[in-house]
Amino acid sequence: MRAFQILIDGFAISALYALGATGFTLIFGVSGVLNLSHGAIMVAAAVAAWAAASILNVGTYAGALIGVGVALLTSFATYFAVVKPIQDSRRIPNEEKEIFVLTGTLLWGIMIQEVIAYFFTNNAKTVLPIVEGVVEILGVRTPRNEIFTAIVCCFVIALLWLLVNRTRTGKAVLAASMNPRGVTLLGLELTNIYVVVWAIYGILAGIAGVLLGMFLGVSSYSVGPLTASAFSIVVLGGLGSVSGSLIAAFVVGYLETLTAYLISPAYRTIPALLLLVFVMYIRPQGLLGRR
Amino acid sequence: MASFFTTRLFFISFALVVIAATLPLYVSGYVLGLLTVAFYFGVFAMAWDLLFGFAGEVNFGPTFLIGVGAYTAGILNAQFGWSVYACIVLGALASVIAGLVLALPALRVRGPYFGLTTLVAVLMLQNFIVVFADLTGGEIGLTIPDVISINAGVNYWIALGFMTISAAILYGLSQSPIGLVLQASGQDPVQAGALGFNIVKHKLAAFIVSAFFSGLSGALLVFYFGTASVGTVVDVAVGVNVIVSAVLGGRRTVLGAALGAIFLIVAGEFLRPTGELATFIVSAVALLVVLFFPGGFLGAALSREARS
Repeated sequence: MRAFQILIDGFAISALYALGATGFTLIFGVSGVLNLSHGAIMVAAAVAAWAAASILNVGTYAGALIGVGVALLTSFATYFAVVKPIQDSRRIPNEEKEIFVLTGTLLWGIMIQEVIAYFFTNNAKTVLPIVEGVVEILGVRTPRNEIFTAIVCCFVIALLWLLVNRTRTGKAVLAASMNPRGVTLLGLELTNIYVVVWAIYGILAGIAGVLLGMFLGVSSYSVGPLTASAFSIVVLGGLGSVSGSLIAAFVVGYLETLTAYLISPAYRTIPALLLLVFVMYIRPQGLLGRR
Repeated sequence: MASFFTTRLFFISFALVVIAATLPLYVSGYVLGLLTVAFYFGVFAMAWDLLFGFAGEVNFGPTFLIGVGAYTAGILNAQFGWSVYACIVLGALASVIAGLVLALPALRVRGPYFGLTTLVAVLMLQNFIVVFADLTGGEIGLTIPDVISINAGVNYWIALGFMTISAAILYGLSQSPIGLVLQASGQDPVQAGALGFNIVKHKLAAFIVSAFFSGLSGALLVFYFGTASVGTVVDVAVGVNVIVSAVLGGRRTVLGAALGAIFLIVAGEFLRPTGELATFIVSAVALLVVLFFPGGFLGAALSREARS
């Protein structure tokens, strides 16, 4: 009974983590950018969906769409206002661009967080779920919303796989992650590929954020922990490796659920952190990392 | 090194310290209290800059070192009743040991992986403090019975003196041959190693020095506040402020980091009337500096001087 509960809850959480981390690792793989405003973009999506559905009464579907749209816009704003100027800057030496992108996106994330807190307060917000009610699986009472979350996550990740491996644009993205210079020699504009990747990232982060808002609820305080968990999942899986992130997301998700159910919810994040330190020590490039 | 005493930078710094030392004679205790905190923060930022600006290691967890020093001092004083000065010394030592423990595995990895290891260290410390609430006071914080002094002026002078001495040592170190080796190993570890320098040893030394000053400053800050809490010395947000200070003031300048920290704390206070928007404005200004003056305040000033 309890084993099934852990299995089901853990799956939903893990799928959500996987969706959140995939976009994060995709951007790193293609453009070498670690976007520390990730959590802020997810929360912005969830709060926009909440505000549209609860204040403007546009309905849950339209609210979710607005949430994803806001995430897409925020993602583009992050790229054009923060990341691209740093990448193009001549005054910043190349070997220091990484730390500047980290600092810049971190500050940008704080700005988004503060704007959300200013207009919508720090209170936790739960987005109205698209599907309601409870259903019994293997003797476990499970909210339909939880199943919906897991299905949407898996579906979107499958769609992403198809996009990257089966379309021309996706192949260009894949090529850029392997060898950016080679791609430009083939006559593809690297900036266009980056824009595509940031668009994919925005949509993924938006969907993850809205689902998170429906499943667990968010507040502007979730920004830091969300970024940290995406960062640790991605590093655990190996920076830039999408399949590594998927595995790592499930490892972390189940480890957290197990700890929360079997020991105490207060210790929820500790085993995952210990595992992370352990993996860093014996295998610094992560589970499936390339470098 | 002797030529340094005739440079403009030395005279400006010296004049600033002298002016700052006379402040208690004519400003209110409120301003002094604000600057006292800012000076301790300045030491955090300078210690961080030594590690990042020179050794090229992005330490996302300055608050791990600060927090260990602060909490060791606080616990020894509050739970075991040790004297203030013994607590401060032991706090700094504990921070050095924590720095060693963190540095040994962390220096095996580079770039973002190093950053994450240090970030995880902070999160672990935070969890540890909450889990062992009996010893550490948990989320509420630890109340510390003793203080160094209750006189605002004395506290201010201690902080100023401490920051000046730390700045002199850290700046001297950064300009010494050791600082050059560190800078070389940060920019190209392979080549620096090929020239016969022991990179790991130098980076470890930088880590220890950084940990010592962070821990000492953290311990002093705890005895100034009279309380140690996650929100003031451990939280990731505090670490972000330290990093932002160093980048604002100008990385690889050491002294700029202190300026950045003082600016950040004082600006935060001036913006208090704007309420919740204060953090937004400070972050926005910091982002603009990062985008348009990547050298920071001092970096921009120094390059202008070099050009003229």
